Amino acid sequence: MSVSQSFATSLSSSSSAFFVSSNFISSGYGVQNVPFPAKSIGVVKCVAAPQEQETVFKTKVPRNSNMAKLQAGYLFPEIARRRNAHLLKYPDAKVISLGIGDTTEPIPEVITSAMAQKSLGLSTREGYSGYGAEQGEKPLRAAIASTFYGNFGIEEDDIFISDGAKCDISRLQVVFGSNVTMAVQDPSYPAYVDSSVIMGQTGQFQKDVEKYATIEYMRCTAENGFFPDLSTVGRTDIIFFCSPNNPTGSAATREQLTQLVQFAKKNGSIIVYDSAYALYMSDDNPRSIFEIPGAKEVAIETSSYSKYAGFTGVRLGWTVVPKQLLFSDGFPVAKDFNRIVCTCFNGASNIAQAGALACLSPEGLKAMYEVIGFYKENTDIIVDTFNSLGFKVYGGKNAPYVWVHFPGQSSWDVFSEILERTHVVTTPGSGFGPGGEGFIRVSAFGHRENILEACRRFKQLYK
Amino acid sequence: MENLRNGYLFPEISKRAFDHTQKHPDARLIRLGIGDTTEPIPDIITSAMAEYAKALSTIEGYNGYGDEQGNMALRVAIAETLYRNMGIKGNEVFVSDGAQCDISRLQMLLGSDVTVAVQDPSFPAYIDSSVIFGRAGKFEEETGKYGNIVYMKCSPENKFFPNLSITRKTDVIFFCSPNNPTGNAATKLQLQRLVEFAKANGSIIIYDSSYAAFISDESPRSIYEIPGAKEVAIEVSSFSKFAGFTGVRLGWTVVPEELKYTNGFPVIKDYDRIVCTCFNGAPSISQAGGLACLSPQGYEATTAVIAYYKENAKIIADTFRSLALKVYGGENAPYIWVHFPGQKSWDVFNEILAKTHIVTIPGSGFGPAGEEYMRFSAFGRRENILEASRRLKSLYK
Repeated sequence: MSVSQSFATSLSSSSSAFFVSSNFISSGYGVQNVPFPAKSIGVVKCVAAPQEQETVFKTKVPRNSNMAKLQAGYLFPEIARRRNAHLLKYPDAKVISLGIGDTTEPIPEVITSAMAQKSLGLSTREGYSGYGAEQGEKPLRAAIASTFYGNFGIEEDDIFISDGAKCDISRLQVVFGSNVTMAVQDPSYPAYVDSSVIMGQTGQFQKDVEKYATIEYMRCTAENGFFPDLSTVGRTDIIFFCSPNNPTGSAATREQLTQLVQFAKKNGSIIVYDSAYALYMSDDNPRSIFEIPGAKEVAIETSSYSKYAGFTGVRLGWTVVPKQLLFSDGFPVAKDFNRIVCTCFNGASNIAQAGALACLSPEGLKAMYEVIGFYKENTDIIVDTFNSLGFKVYGGKNAPYVWVHFPGQSSWDVFSEILERTHVVTTPGSGFGPGGEGFIRVSAFGHRENILEACRRFKQLYK
Repeated sequence: MENLRNGYLFPEISKRAFDHTQKHPDARLIRLGIGDTTEPIPDIITSAMAEYAKALSTIEGYNGYGDEQGNMALRVAIAETLYRNMGIKGNEVFVSDGAQCDISRLQMLLGSDVTVAVQDPSFPAYIDSSVIFGRAGKFEEETGKYGNIVYMKCSPENKFFPNLSITRKTDVIFFCSPNNPTGNAATKLQLQRLVEFAKANGSIIIYDSSYAAFISDESPRSIYEIPGAKEVAIEVSSFSKFAGFTGVRLGWTVVPEELKYTNGFPVIKDYDRIVCTCFNGAPSISQAGGLACLSPQGYEATTAVIAYYKENAKIIADTFRSLALKVYGGENAPYIWVHFPGQKSWDVFNEILAKTHIVTIPGSGFGPAGEEYMRFSAFGRRENILEASRRLKSLYK
């Protein structure tokens, strides 16, 4: 079996939970609350070496108290764990995964052949390259600037290439440090809150409200059109905002984003704007925060090739830090981000960057839009299905996520019921924050036949 | 961030080299500064990556998100090939996009309340990331040190192994062997003392073994060759220097299940949480290459490239020895550490650059104990290494 074959097989077999974590219950992980005896755990008669005592050695290093604040595992490995447990229970079931937003369609050849070529080139004298610039290769930075930010005055050197938005979010948190306050939408992509907890920006988790103390949760509901009422939002240093939104699928309008920028300006806050789903936009909403005048002085934008080019495994993203963005003492944020990128990172993979550049050629862009179009058709099918069943359905138009309301039910219960009875994996809304309770997120990434089959099963269950 | 002194060391070196080429456009600059690999990657490895990339265009070959901890086959291959007989399991190996990135993830894991010890001199990322994570205290101009970091001097006098009897206890001890920048590889006995020291103090060793593949003698290639190390050490390593993956990006960190915080909580559980929350897995194509590196033919091929660099190191070391300079390293690592007594290392850097158009790295960039030393990297085309040697002989005869 060739090396790459064995590799591929291993990759396609599942998933992440390699150790047995305790039952995922929303009330908490619990281990950190168990007091440990001061003495070692005990003596065991060891047959092999009768002289030795079997005691558990512990270092004297204290566990990071911020890690202890986290309530459970990161959301998506938990979903994967449940899916795997379900597969074990029903080995013959055809489980369909509409949970984790994982791309399924092959990457267009124009892109993969660029990566293959780059790989083979590394075996040649002319084609070999070692360390790249940590900020990314100039042609790629320039191509991203002109393709996505052409008219907004964002320049090549404002762009920092990375191995993905999730990683960039944590690098931004390192730039900000532990003394900043932050606001998130509620519901929101879990990495914003979790990385904030890990960095020590938050207080303890408050079980009664299911929120971390000191985080400002900006409620986004059907009632407020999934845009927070900023007049009720307290001032924070950092505001995370994702549009088109994961998980609600809602896209903010120009007016709303103008309000947001003004709010940030008034409060001297920094917006971290996550635009990873911008190309899924059907409506005429801004695709970048920098379409809003004044945004360069208050916003950072992060984005990703994951959902555009199926680069979820290939790993490529970018973050825009405008030169105009300054800390309160006038120090440019980009300088600190650059320092983090040079010290805590070593550049995105040169092969992935070659692929990313190919994505922005005319042929590459056309191919990317085709794949995005495919997933958007999937989204339409899912939206129509839930509409036809009489559910209140949100999202779907501007993002590959459908946000379905299940009033009066716990979202984990609905998740379990759907999984048990239709073998379809979804994501419970409460995993994205208390504002997600009562909702289920259905992701539209999947082979067409699986999407259609899943919808058939939903119709069966809910007719 | 304000506490950091200057830019990171290596971009500074790049900048100076760049400015020099602007001033002397006809000079043939030779880079023996940043340890950047130069030799092509063996075919067997790049073709595995190309095959994997092409397969992403097919239904059967397409993969989306990989496990954040890394592809299991690769994790197992690393455990079985590089940690044979050391009791390290696949699930204790976390594949990453490189050691420099992992060091910061480990800092994030440990939080800002822990105390840190580093070798002096050492790879700047340990100190700089400690400063960024708020544990370094203030920089003291007179000593050239951060107030809260313990610096363990490593010099010819102590055979480049710190005197642990005078080393203050810290929560974390960064230790790199074979060492960047001194090139020294710690002996088994020395590492046993280090593990005992960590055990006695309840410290965690973060052991950087990125250059293990360059070892020529019996020096341990992993901290886990030392009994008891699994209860006190994390090991970080990389495919960068081993396989020329400096641009491809692939590394790994081993966190043994036995390693526990003072309250008994397994460090591996928290590291897994960091990896799942702050990271999204190493690039899949790089991992395919990594797996090929660890196949018997792949491993043999990378060993040949390493041998090439080691020959370069020998040439450089011999050059300086012939000039009656005290030379260290070069045998178990791709770095040669040369003593220039009585001179400031940045002055030597400037002189060498100005007079021979060779980029090096001043020892003081690695810590105050690096003053009076210069680091020469052995990565380069043979003809450049030979030419550099000629020029250096000219300058210093």
